[in-house]
Amino acid sequence: MSATAKTSANVLHMQDVTMQFGGVVAVNGLTLDVNEGEIVALIGPNGAGKTTAFNCMTGIYEPTFGQVDFMGETILSNTPKGKMQKMYLGEVKPRPLSIVRNTPDVITKKGIARTFQNIRLFGQLTVFDNVLIAKHMRAKQNVFSATLRLNRKEEARMREETSALLNEQNLLHLKDEIASSLPYGLQRRLEIARALATEPKFLLLDEPAAGMNPQETQELTDFIKQIRDSYHLTVLMIEHHMDLVMQISDRIYVLDFGKLIAQGTPDEIQNNERVIEAYLGVSDDAED
Amino acid sequence: MNLLTGFTGLFSLGQAGFMAIGAYTVAILTIPAEAKASVYYVDGIAPFLANLQCPYWLALIIAGLFAAGVAALIGIPVLRLKSDYLAIATLGFSEIIRAVIAAPQLNKVTNGSYGLKSIPGFPNIFAAFGLCALCILLMVLLINSSYGRAFKALREDEVAAQAMGLNLFRYKELAFIISSFFTGVGGGLLAIFMRSIESKTFSINLTYDILLIVVLGGIGSVTGSVIGSFLVTAGREWLRFFDNPLYIAGIQIPLFRSGFRMVIFSILLMAVVLFYRRGVMGSNEFSWDGLFRLIKGIPKKLKKKNKAQKGENA
Repeated sequence: MSATAKTSANVLHMQDVTMQFGGVVAVNGLTLDVNEGEIVALIGPNGAGKTTAFNCMTGIYEPTFGQVDFMGETILSNTPKGKMQKMYLGEVKPRPLSIVRNTPDVITKKGIARTFQNIRLFGQLTVFDNVLIAKHMRAKQNVFSATLRLNRKEEARMREETSALLNEQNLLHLKDEIASSLPYGLQRRLEIARALATEPKFLLLDEPAAGMNPQETQELTDFIKQIRDSYHLTVLMIEHHMDLVMQISDRIYVLDFGKLIAQGTPDEIQNNERVIEAYLGVSDDAED
Repeated sequence: MNLLTGFTGLFSLGQAGFMAIGAYTVAILTIPAEAKASVYYVDGIAPFLANLQCPYWLALIIAGLFAAGVAALIGIPVLRLKSDYLAIATLGFSEIIRAVIAAPQLNKVTNGSYGLKSIPGFPNIFAAFGLCALCILLMVLLINSSYGRAFKALREDEVAAQAMGLNLFRYKELAFIISSFFTGVGGGLLAIFMRSIESKTFSINLTYDILLIVVLGGIGSVTGSVIGSFLVTAGREWLRFFDNPLYIAGIQIPLFRSGFRMVIFSILLMAVVLFYRRGVMGSNEFSWDGLFRLIKGIPKKLKKKNKAQKGENA
């Protein structure tokens, strides 16, 4: 219970989070902090455990060991038990932690929204419906009132908010398109819009610039800053485009083989030898 | 069923079981008290049921609720399974329900394998149609509501739906319960319509029939299901002439005999599945506008064909 006494500015705190699949330790003793209003990047070579770390924050995976706090409240916490005690390979010695489990939907309600590395839109539904579904969880209604149309006000409010959001994201003219028929860049855009519709405080972006050309990447950079300011968000993102990362991030965490190898400002990271090693491999020539 | 398979993406083969529950509930509740003695002629009737009798609409609602209640209990373990496993597990449960109904130990309640008869029928045909229409209307309203969207989201992508704040299990269970409610009511309607039921009616074949209707009509389309059910039922009857011996020029065509119509029916089904892979309606809904456009489109198509032919000739 050490982390609950953090300052109010702390949005996310991960303490020694370890995720082990069988004999593979995908995330190994990751400790990470994100403060309010920051844009933080999580980088690392392929297979470093970045997406797994995301899944540990959003409750898709239950960490093998460690604790995740969001806005000072412990949302996930676990310690190896039973067979796992013998199998545990993590670097941090496990200590008893109270076990806190939350399913992804509960965590979303608390205010963490995310996008996915391989876009996960509701492909057969329209753009409008995709965003409207995100509004469902905060609506005051039940299945009877919804079926018998007693929730007209709620429904109208949801639709209005959805239109407003789509309008802000310049997607309104596409609202009746089927989501999977949109071009790739717009699908990414829509996924972010859908995440925003859950009214989050903290946004996780998993490779938002994947597959984008330099111009689109630049637009995305501005876009992320803009939504951070207009929605008062804190952003944590996984990204491979170094231009984007270096331009936008307040701080950077670098993962390699599940372990944190560096953290700091973009300048510090750019000159960090271990990071260069991880990306380019150990070589005599690499440091010229 | 369509709600479950088409809109939530859960594949259940247990609908016959829920229909059986609905049908038996309605039957037990509506058989007139004075007729009960003759229906339960074998073992007599459990005393608490002997004087039970209520109007059919109330019985239908109770049937639906009862089926939904059983579904809620079954759903807790079963809905943790996915796709094929879910289908097999629900299939198993449906057979269990049928076996329980037919069990001699329950003779006093369900009349075991003797079935139930003397169920009062509908006062008129419009009542039957009206109730069906009401069920369909409720279904359409549900599907177009916020909850219907949530179900569709679940079908499209479970992980993303969770990230949108939908509790996976809660919504699956909800869809399962609602679907079973309507199946139960459907079973009750069947009981009232047939006026006598036995547990054999609700074997796995019934589930296949429903599945057939849903697939044929188009998964994820309510009107498709309605059209599908008419097609399947009517198709079986229209094709009946294949069952009669056919003589052409005094020679009996050997293929035409009893049972042959089912072969033809199967071939037609395969054709539908091959050429209209997504069912007659796909996931589209029927609308008068659409029908109008279709009819309007026919002359155009013909013209095009004519033109094409002329072009070839020239």
